[in-house]
Amino acid sequence: MTRPNMSPTRNVMPTQDPLIRARNFKEVALGYSEETAIDEAMRCLNCKNMPCVEGCPVKIHIPEFISKIKEGDFEGAYQIISKSSSLPAVCGRVCPQETQCESKCVRGIKGESVGIGRLERFVADWHNTFCLDAPVRPESNGHKVAVVGSGPSGLTCAGDLAKKGYDVTVFEALHTAGGVLVYGIPEFRLPKAIVAKEVDTLKKLGVKIETNVVIGKTLTVDELFSMGFEAVFIGSGAGLPNFMGIPGEALNGVYSANEFLTRSNLMKAYLSCPETPIMKGGKVAVVGGGNVAMDAARSALRLGADKVYIVYRRSMDELPARKEEVEHAQEEGIEFRLLCNPTEILGYYNPDDPRDAKNGFVKAMKCVKMELGEPDEKGRRRPVVIPDSEFELEVDTVIMSIGTSPNPLIKSTTEGLEVNRWGGIVVNEDGLTSRSGVYAGGDAVTGAATVISAMGAGKIAAKAIDEFLSK
Amino acid sequence: MYKIVDKKVLNPTVVQLQVEAPLVANKAKPGQFIILRVDENGERIPLTVAGVNKDAGTVKIIYQIVGSTTEKLSHKEAGDFLQDFVGPLGVATHLEGLKKVCIVGGGVGCAIAMPIAEALYQMGADVTSIIGFRSKDLVILEDEFAACSKVLRLMTDDGSYGEKGNVTLPLKEMLARGEQFDMIITIGPLIMMKFVVETARPFNVPVTASMNPIMIDGTGMCGGCRLTLNVDGKKVTKFACVDGPDFNGYEIDFDEAMARGRMYSQFERHAHKETCNLFAKEVQ
Repeated sequence: MTRPNMSPTRNVMPTQDPLIRARNFKEVALGYSEETAIDEAMRCLNCKNMPCVEGCPVKIHIPEFISKIKEGDFEGAYQIISKSSSLPAVCGRVCPQETQCESKCVRGIKGESVGIGRLERFVADWHNTFCLDAPVRPESNGHKVAVVGSGPSGLTCAGDLAKKGYDVTVFEALHTAGGVLVYGIPEFRLPKAIVAKEVDTLKKLGVKIETNVVIGKTLTVDELFSMGFEAVFIGSGAGLPNFMGIPGEALNGVYSANEFLTRSNLMKAYLSCPETPIMKGGKVAVVGGGNVAMDAARSALRLGADKVYIVYRRSMDELPARKEEVEHAQEEGIEFRLLCNPTEILGYYNPDDPRDAKNGFVKAMKCVKMELGEPDEKGRRRPVVIPDSEFELEVDTVIMSIGTSPNPLIKSTTEGLEVNRWGGIVVNEDGLTSRSGVYAGGDAVTGAATVISAMGAGKIAAKAIDEFLSK
Repeated sequence: MYKIVDKKVLNPTVVQLQVEAPLVANKAKPGQFIILRVDENGERIPLTVAGVNKDAGTVKIIYQIVGSTTEKLSHKEAGDFLQDFVGPLGVATHLEGLKKVCIVGGGVGCAIAMPIAEALYQMGADVTSIIGFRSKDLVILEDEFAACSKVLRLMTDDGSYGEKGNVTLPLKEMLARGEQFDMIITIGPLIMMKFVVETARPFNVPVTASMNPIMIDGTGMCGGCRLTLNVDGKKVTKFACVDGPDFNGYEIDFDEAMARGRMYSQFERHAHKETCNLFAKEVQ
């Protein structure tokens, strides 16, 4: 074996130029070439105790797939990843690797960790480009399982069960499969074609996908059992968007991030002649500091905004978004108004002309400046209002990106399904709910979290469902 | 894909479709709605269920041609297919225990009021219906309302049919002469519902209003359909798709709802014109 590549820095991910990409919806990161991938793979020391695998919610055999890349056996690498992950091309793009596998990498102690996420993406894209063989459909074991929701947890659960021979049907409320991967995460971070490809792979494994079925409305969980399903996995996602409860949130031009992103992504308002409208151009303020806020801000910019602000009440150090997303947003020209909290949204009203088309639309957002005070019980320093610091930010659109609360649709129609104080479905360590045969995972359980943690939950539930039905 | 099995033009701008959607037909109750897309890339629009046939597995919808999507929908014929059709969504109208009810419908809102009037009639309730239209040629469902109402008052703005005036006139007259209703259920333009509430207020009769705001997913995810209720002096945000579409009329902030309804009016006018031009070109 050749000697490892001891460069302290990882291979740079080629990206579109910030000023160009800020005006298009094409993918920002362009991916490694074969040569770069092999060079990066050479930085892996193939540690015996594999700390990186511990950091992965779905326990991908990381050193093993990287070894295959070193040999130039990219399809071999793909086969290793796909044993653990149903959505490698998705995870390679949206996982927060820096806090998971890569945070445990030994190379990260003196220098940068191996670019595991970039390598995963390379392998998945290589497979999707060059390997067109349909996956082998396993022999049926005759058991029927229903999966509610086709987001990351549902697709993972469905994929794992299908590989074991289960007859799986996924029920999706919207008209396209993919959940947050299609309505939430924008094209420039996760191209829709990649999600469609992953869904297609599952279909080839025998998974059936029924769109336009709202479980809790069109059918209930109990009806699924009477239809012959022997187990149900609920991966219905996060649900209802939160608002701040400040005056002016009903003005035209105020969106939840969910609505803004759904219009742009799922409903394709980002195309040149969309059928679904969206507010474009002008000045936009996105309130919040998570990944969803970054997605909304960068989408607004690409839709043609003149100026986009991120308004966040804490400082840069507390921003919950991935560092890479924050950096990309800054490079593209998004302005961060930190230690700043909205108190009111102001509307336009022309007293001389009640028919003025601008009446009832946003014209500015009133904010106060904040400073960080004493740490709270979680150790995060609490933001405190600075007296007499009020100012107005002139904006046309405000996007509230301050989290979601669980959707009551399934809970209210499923007797005996226990939920916690916040409305999240209560599960044990196997993903089992208070109802026999009913499992749950993802945001429906945890509240808004990451794609990969939802996938991890789908995986655990698939294993538990298999054990339950094999008895 | 969802097959259109029957199409009936009710008046120059209002069309009735029967769509094959057995799962929806099996569940839908009066007051609930569906969301449809006409074609790939199409908009999602909410329409209230106007009736179901469980045996045939069909759902009846009645819509007015107002924008690009309803324009495209109006060019679909029996035998054609719709891309998407999902439901039933929202909470069904609460009818339990009602004995004497006044239904106040306006324009195409009468299509939503119809199944409610019918359900009440079948429950044995005493139904008074007040239905209003701009003019004679826009009148719909007159016979259907007559069949299930003890009293039917048909109003037109211009007096070209029925009585001249808006729906609040007979409502006020009945309430003033001491008619006792358990509930007034009103469905129609926001401005009409607002005035129905104002008419009923001095008489302390409960009013349920059915809201139809802008929405996308219809399952509570986007929050676009939010409206403000004034509950005991406190402002409360509700989502019409999961908490409604019916709300206590006295609590609804109608002025805000009307302003929100205008959010995309410019875009919609333009899109409708473009769609009409497209169809005109096809004809040529």
